[in-house]
Amino acid sequence: MDEMTSTMAQTAAAPDPDDEAERAGIEIRDLYKIFGPDAKRHIAAVKAGMSKDDLNRKHRHVLGLQNINLTMPGGKITVIMGLSGSGKSTLIRHINGLIEPTVGEVLYDGADVCRMSPAELRRFRRLKTAMVFQRFALLPHRTVLENVRYGLDIQGIAHAKSEPMAKHWIERVGLKGFARHYPAQLSGGMQQRVGLARALANDADILLMDEAFSALDPLIRMDMQAILLELQEELHKTIVFITHDLDEALRLGDKIAILRDGALEQVGTGQDIVLGPANDYVASFVRDVNRGRVIRAATIARARKPGEVLPEMTVQGYLVLEKVARRMTNAGATSAHVVGRSGKTLGVIDLPELLGAIVTPVTADSDS
Amino acid sequence: MATTCWGLPEVICTFPAIDTTTMREMRRTIDTGFRGLVREWSDVIDATTAPLQSFLNMLERSFVGAPWVVVLAVLLVVVWAASRNWKTVLGAALAMLAIGWVGLWADTMVTLAMVTVCTIFAVALGLPVGIVTARSDRVQSVVNPVLDVMQTLPSFVYLIPVVVIFGIGKVPGMIAVVIYAVPPMIRLTNLGIRLVDPEVTEAADAFGSSRTQKLVNVQLPLALPTIMTGVNQTIMMSLAMVVVASMVGVGGLGRNVLQAINNQFFTIGFLNGFALVAIAIIFDRTSQAFGKRLQKHREAGHG
Ligand SMILES: Nc1ncnc2c1ncn2[C@@H]1O[C@H](COP(=O)(O)OP(=O)(O)OP(=O)(O)O)[C@@H](O)[C@H]1O
Ligand SMILES: [Mg+2]
Repeated sequence: MDEMTSTMAQTAAAPDPDDEAERAGIEIRDLYKIFGPDAKRHIAAVKAGMSKDDLNRKHRHVLGLQNINLTMPGGKITVIMGLSGSGKSTLIRHINGLIEPTVGEVLYDGADVCRMSPAELRRFRRLKTAMVFQRFALLPHRTVLENVRYGLDIQGIAHAKSEPMAKHWIERVGLKGFARHYPAQLSGGMQQRVGLARALANDADILLMDEAFSALDPLIRMDMQAILLELQEELHKTIVFITHDLDEALRLGDKIAILRDGALEQVGTGQDIVLGPANDYVASFVRDVNRGRVIRAATIARARKPGEVLPEMTVQGYLVLEKVARRMTNAGATSAHVVGRSGKTLGVIDLPELLGAIVTPVTADSDS
Repeated sequence: MATTCWGLPEVICTFPAIDTTTMREMRRTIDTGFRGLVREWSDVIDATTAPLQSFLNMLERSFVGAPWVVVLAVLLVVVWAASRNWKTVLGAALAMLAIGWVGLWADTMVTLAMVTVCTIFAVALGLPVGIVTARSDRVQSVVNPVLDVMQTLPSFVYLIPVVVIFGIGKVPGMIAVVIYAVPPMIRLTNLGIRLVDPEVTEAADAFGSSRTQKLVNVQLPLALPTIMTGVNQTIMMSLAMVVVASMVGVGGLGRNVLQAINNQFFTIGFLNGFALVAIAIIFDRTSQAFGKRLQKHREAGHG
């Protein structure tokens, strides 16, 4: 409870960017997961390079994850992306110990989640993690309020205390007035808001979201993404978000990890991945992406020519090209002056190059 | 016989059964051994069944002894509380009045008392067993075949050991009824818990629920519709079985039916039969309406 009030106080004040660094990150090391009765025996073969298909055909074991090394920075959104069956759900379930690895470690705040006793694990789940599910997983016999209160009930917090907290989060996700409704009386989007409120009410540092928005239709989905980003702006939780939608990944992810057949293909920022796909698999993912929403002004700003007068218009370097283009056309400018966070000049953008970067690859290696 | 034997050797033609003297010997040893065992333990058996016996007697006395208006009022209140449906209450009232009018009130009370006790026992026994069965596949693989045997074995067959061990009376009757009525309770509790949406139980785990918290907050409430079907089935099977149990000394409507069969009392047989059907319908409607009422929250629609 003390923890709760202190974070609330922090968030009420202006968010301090240095605050983000205080959140512990999640560190996954040398993680392998094989499904099957005799998993340990096949580890050596998998480490030596046996493929998922071979393992399944020869030994009837399913390779869930292999050689995962991933740091999920505290206070940021890490998106895990991949096709169906690539092991996304398996990976996220290792973080709160719903699945035990065959070998490997999941470190959080100095502790290995995989080595926790059942009691420690329960405590960890109650206080440190919260989860949002693809098909909402609400309790149908409980009202919205009772659902949102669920994690707090499990912790043994008295209703007198938990009810105001639950109500606070119900309002924050925009469901004011629906506290006494049952889940069956709500639309899908509203149900997932309840799922989100339930997770947030726990006030856990880690928020695990397994395809949380995949079951929602596109407009509601954008809504939910906006709500999540808005809340994250002030809460700075360590969020692990799973999706198979690249646009969603690029919109939400501070860091994106791409999985395929249980192995990491590439890890980086959205821009890293769009501009420099590590292999054909990733390239095929990003081929149709809207570059204007991913590439940032700073990336394509050219150096100022000697003696050139800086254009009148300034744009922030972290803005995506789409926004820069809109501002420049609105202002009627043909070139703009790109500045960094501290106001330092980063370079100049000209409108033709800007449009070129939006429609064609900018770097040589993705040109082919 | 040998003529129809198509010229085959005797062993293949007539089944080589144990000869009758060996069979007789075997039967005698087993039967006397069993009886001896029962006699030896009779004190223990009596001691354990005595409280049950007095409980049954007490309940029966209170059902039969109380003025009929009081019993009827209590019954109707229970029906109303469970179903919240005036039609069901009215139907129950008419049925009970008709039963009383044809002079079967006392016998009906005896049967009602018996069915009540048996249902309570069967539910109290079946629910925990069902929960344990749902938690472990190994337990399920043992319990299921046992339930299969309990349900397929003709009830007359297991009445025999029950009578040998407990004699004639209400207690053996009750044991027979409970054995017959408990399998659906166990099966449907097990099934109901296993059918709970795995994503919801996973959510319970993810929020750090203990096993008990998960059971109470998630599994039992979500399995409730199925469990209520189990309770309903258990009641119906208890009612069916009290007729058979009248052969080991259970009174009430069942005994009248038995006597009617033995003496070809056509009218009495039918009246008692209809009384049983009437109670069955009352129980069925009430318990089903109760089950449905527990599911109100599943109805969609804003409001
Ligand atoms: N309990 C299990 N037993 C055996 N194999 C499993 C089990 N759970 C997952 N798998 C296998 O592991 C692989 C990864 O599954 P996972 O559910 O993590 O995929 P996913 O990326 O979440 O897919 P989706 O997008 O469909 O949710 C799949 O091949 C799946 O069949
Ligand atoms: Mg999945």
